[in-house]
Amino acid sequence: MAQTKRDFLKGALSIGCCAAASPLLTPVTVAATPGENRLVVIILRGAMDGLGVAAPYGDPDYAALRPKIGRDPEGGLIDMDGRFGMHPKLAPLAPLWQAGEVSFAHAVSTPYRDKRSHFDGQDILEAGTAGIASADNGWINRALSHMTGTSIDTAYSVGRENMLITTGPNPARSWAPGAKLPLGEDERALLQMIYAKDPLFAEAAAAAADLSLTSGKRKAQGAKEAEVLAKYAAERLNEQARIAAFSIGGWDTHVAQPAALNRPVIRLASAITTLKDKLGGNWSRTLVVAMTEFGRTARENGSKGTDHGTGGAALLAGGALRGGRIYADWPGLGQNDLYKGRDLTPTEDVRHYPAWALHTMFGIEKSAIVRDVFPGLSMGANRRFIA
Amino acid sequence: MPSNATIAATRFGYGFHPDQALASDVDGLLSELGSASPAIPDIGGPSMAKRAALYSQFIEARKARRKDISLTPVMQGFQRSVNRQFQADIAARISAPVLSDRGFFERLSWFWTDHFTTAARNLITKSFTPRLEGDAIRPHITGTFRDMLKAVVTHPAMIVYLGQHQSVGPTSRVGKRTGRGLNENLAREIIELHTIGVGGPYDQGDVRQFAELLTGMTVNRRTGSPQFKKQQAEPGAEKVLGTIYGDKSADFGDIVEALDDLALHPRTGRHIAIKLATHFISDTPSEGLITHIESAYNRTDGRLIAVYQALLEHPESWGSEPRKVKQPFDYLVSSIRAAGVGAAAVEPFLKPKGRLSAPRALRDLNQPMMQAPGPDGWPEEAERWITAQGLAARLQWATRLGRELEARADPRDFLSVALADRASPEVTFAATRAAEKWEGIALILASPEFNRR
Repeated sequence: MAQTKRDFLKGALSIGCCAAASPLLTPVTVAATPGENRLVVIILRGAMDGLGVAAPYGDPDYAALRPKIGRDPEGGLIDMDGRFGMHPKLAPLAPLWQAGEVSFAHAVSTPYRDKRSHFDGQDILEAGTAGIASADNGWINRALSHMTGTSIDTAYSVGRENMLITTGPNPARSWAPGAKLPLGEDERALLQMIYAKDPLFAEAAAAAADLSLTSGKRKAQGAKEAEVLAKYAAERLNEQARIAAFSIGGWDTHVAQPAALNRPVIRLASAITTLKDKLGGNWSRTLVVAMTEFGRTARENGSKGTDHGTGGAALLAGGALRGGRIYADWPGLGQNDLYKGRDLTPTEDVRHYPAWALHTMFGIEKSAIVRDVFPGLSMGANRRFIA
Repeated sequence: MPSNATIAATRFGYGFHPDQALASDVDGLLSELGSASPAIPDIGGPSMAKRAALYSQFIEARKARRKDISLTPVMQGFQRSVNRQFQADIAARISAPVLSDRGFFERLSWFWTDHFTTAARNLITKSFTPRLEGDAIRPHITGTFRDMLKAVVTHPAMIVYLGQHQSVGPTSRVGKRTGRGLNENLAREIIELHTIGVGGPYDQGDVRQFAELLTGMTVNRRTGSPQFKKQQAEPGAEKVLGTIYGDKSADFGDIVEALDDLALHPRTGRHIAIKLATHFISDTPSEGLITHIESAYNRTDGRLIAVYQALLEHPESWGSEPRKVKQPFDYLVSSIRAAGVGAAAVEPFLKPKGRLSAPRALRDLNQPMMQAPGPDGWPEEAERWITAQGLAARLQWATRLGRELEARADPRDFLSVALADRASPEVTFAATRAAEKWEGIALILASPEFNRR
């Protein structure tokens, strides 16, 4: 009995599960969206030095803490408000600061304290939790549960790594620009049969099939990579996505910080300007929050670098931002002001910013945010950083 | 139901190879490690001394070039040499498990190298990193954890990767003269990742004290050998996890003592047990399996053969359900092995570029060789690897290998080698009825049966 592949497929599809429910055969559909506002979260991996990127050069104790690596406006720092200056390589963002589309939240941190491990710090940042024990899915994913009109296309993590921040019970996309599914439709159907009893593989293949259609340009590496990620994120946000996340690494500047910090800062600036450029009219409804796992030591170390610290800074950007100002309850940098005598003291939970963004931009109830999205957070006063 | 032979080959090895007879049970796997086996070939290329010499030449050339720009090509020549060597190291690292019939030994070598992750991030780490496995891991795989820990921690690759060579005791002679200070990185990772684990009973104070204790331990970058520089070691005693080490004068012996204590800490046994069980058996191993391995560790003071034996003899380790997904490296290696690639044909797979290049495929699979994202190594969880793009990259590799093999392999033969008695009726049918041979092979390599173990 000669059975062709096609015959077999027909059989498999009608017996196994109905073709209508088959994700591999379902084209991308137009779904409802949760409004027109957009949130971009950039995870800065490696612990960004907030005191170097948004340097408090006006603080009387700053220069003494950073004799070799500190900067002031004469040394190229871009003055923001007479107290804080932007890293020189953030120059492309200076016009955005002037236009009120960039600002920093300073002296912020997650609730993570004292062990200063990158991995735990990043897990807590992406999980949005108070401690590592409960960090098994991401706050963006949990936020989807409290938004209306969401679909699998609402939240994207962009890049080859699979980010914890979008992982969890709700379907969300994860894709790298340039990736492709190499098989034709018949072979995909055969795959579907092979994967029928294995949900992990079935779902990944289904998502890959959908995403191949929106693959974007070739992948890039190094400095160009942030730009490519930002461009792909913007393209998705211009369609059905409303929340996108990607990460920029390279912030772990233990050694020779003046040179080492340039590269990631250039990437960050290029990601922001690319988002603004590619989002076009949607930029006015976009908020970008770039956050890191913890700050770095207030004092420079013996190798012209800084070690793992506590308080740091988050960069905010977007047309939806009320920017051009520093949001901070500044603790000071005197010996007694420092956390454990070594780090910038965090005076605010960095989760406030995404929390208020989710409340203001997507209408998520405060009670749901503090219970489920950022457990244990106190929302505090609204800083009204969203225009 | 897969046979024990299939489980031994896939769960504890790099899968079947048509030209090799492999261990099929606990005794067989353990005998791969025994002294009766012929010596395991080294994989690390030129010695540390040669690598350090080459790197020093680069440094000298860079210095000279600052004064005379026309020397740029000389400096670039040394740079190219380091990069070429790195590519050769990667090739050697990939070919070892492809060609070896001692899969369990090779899997353990990968496991420990990942446990003690170092990564190539710049020219010096590219030069040093590939030697760590050959110098400090492979000689100790069948020894004690204590000896491996000491060999790794004092290895120039680890010292440079975590910046230990830049750590200076603040009140040491060098510290007072230069104002240089501590770098806590290595101290933190030894406690957090290598020994008692992040959940262990330590705090920032222990990290700081341990970092002070480690000062002075550095590397002679000219000769590539470990070195203890007393003049940059923090004087005075340090208290780590409640134990006081040393006295006024700094001494390398104090560091060794602290490393011994950390290796024998009961939490270290548990940490290692969890990591082994998670790597080989399940992303969520049972408490029974963990404590079985843990007690073997603590009973024998970390004698690793006893630890592996505990892992292998537990019934959970032979469960028929495959609970792990192969990481990209293992996926790639096992696919090349299933294709029957031997020493004569392995070359195209080892090149840095090209259609069959495994190094290139590993970059696409998000697991570039010797470039783990951080000192905690590669993730274990299936969900981290079988993502849309992770699976797409596996499929791309599967189609490439399928097209390469179709002239000489029949999918039915390939199926019996690659999956043996693990093939499901679905994958058997798909593979044998695919319109083209390459598709059949690709579907086998894409199947959950091939990707899980």
